[in-house]
Amino acid sequence: MKGMTEIVKTISRLLAGLIFFYGIYIVVFGHLTPGGGFAGGIVISGAFILLIIANGIDEEKINRVREKAGFLESSGIFLFWVISTIGLCMGTFFFLNFLGKGKPLNIFSAGTVPLCNIAIGIEVSAALCSIVIAFMLVKKGDKK
Amino acid sequence: MFALLILLMILMIMGAIVAVQSKDLLSAVISMGIVGFGLTLVFLILQAPDLAIVQIAVETLTLVILIAAVMKTTMKEIKVRKSTVVIYSGIATVIVLIILLFILGDTFKELPAFGYPELRMSEYYIEQGLEKTGAANLVTSVILDFRAYDTLGEATVLFTAVMGILAVLRRKGRKE
Repeated sequence: MKGMTEIVKTISRLLAGLIFFYGIYIVVFGHLTPGGGFAGGIVISGAFILLIIANGIDEEKINRVREKAGFLESSGIFLFWVISTIGLCMGTFFFLNFLGKGKPLNIFSAGTVPLCNIAIGIEVSAALCSIVIAFMLVKKGDKK
Repeated sequence: MFALLILLMILMIMGAIVAVQSKDLLSAVISMGIVGFGLTLVFLILQAPDLAIVQIAVETLTLVILIAAVMKTTMKEIKVRKSTVVIYSGIATVIVLIILLFILGDTFKELPAFGYPELRMSEYYIEQGLEKTGAANLVTSVILDFRAYDTLGEATVLFTAVMGILAVLRRKGRKE
């Protein structure tokens, strides 16, 4: 698939970094301000999808991106399961908040909640990216 | 504030009707966007910024994907043959609506007033949320601490959905 005009490419290159960092902010500050893993993950994937749509895709390059997205997605969900099972392994219940709660309103507070947010953010962003790439790679000829 | 909400609701219902009735698929998709972005404003007015962020991001992504899909296809709706079936189905819809409103009219009297829900469990969350979890954002403390099972299921559902999509749209190992 070809990209769009030079104006769209330049503007999307300028905007994608801002959108990416805004998404990271939403994920990391999820336990203090509105947002969290799901919302931030969608915003992060929006930055990548903007770049993909504006610049078009090259088959060889996009296959590498797709493999990386698949790896990140699997590792995100694995991290979330590991965090949830650690409490069980310590002899108590599922989703035990095994880290200290810390001072409220600090960035390092609330124990496992920010870690879960980061894991969900990685998973959601990689998942949406790989869905969009998979849909864009489908051609009319490959029906059967 | 309440009048603004009702205005937004009317706008959203009008957008939905236009989306169903319009002949051009592109204008139908764009008027579906009115419903989604109106819903974002409703969430903001009802003081739910968490939901509003998710809604605006999902709505934008859905619109982009739908517009890309419409641009690749015919852009025209398939013609449906109009006949007496339309009249019969219209009459049936009106009858069902009247019966439904008649039954719901009794039920709505029992519901609590708008903005004053009767939820005993949520009062405990609101009072003890910061103390028990340490997270200042109450929504996050509910979805990742009190109700973390649901979130784990949600994330796994998304993972499974992506696996299904990649398996259906794969290139390798497909029979010709």
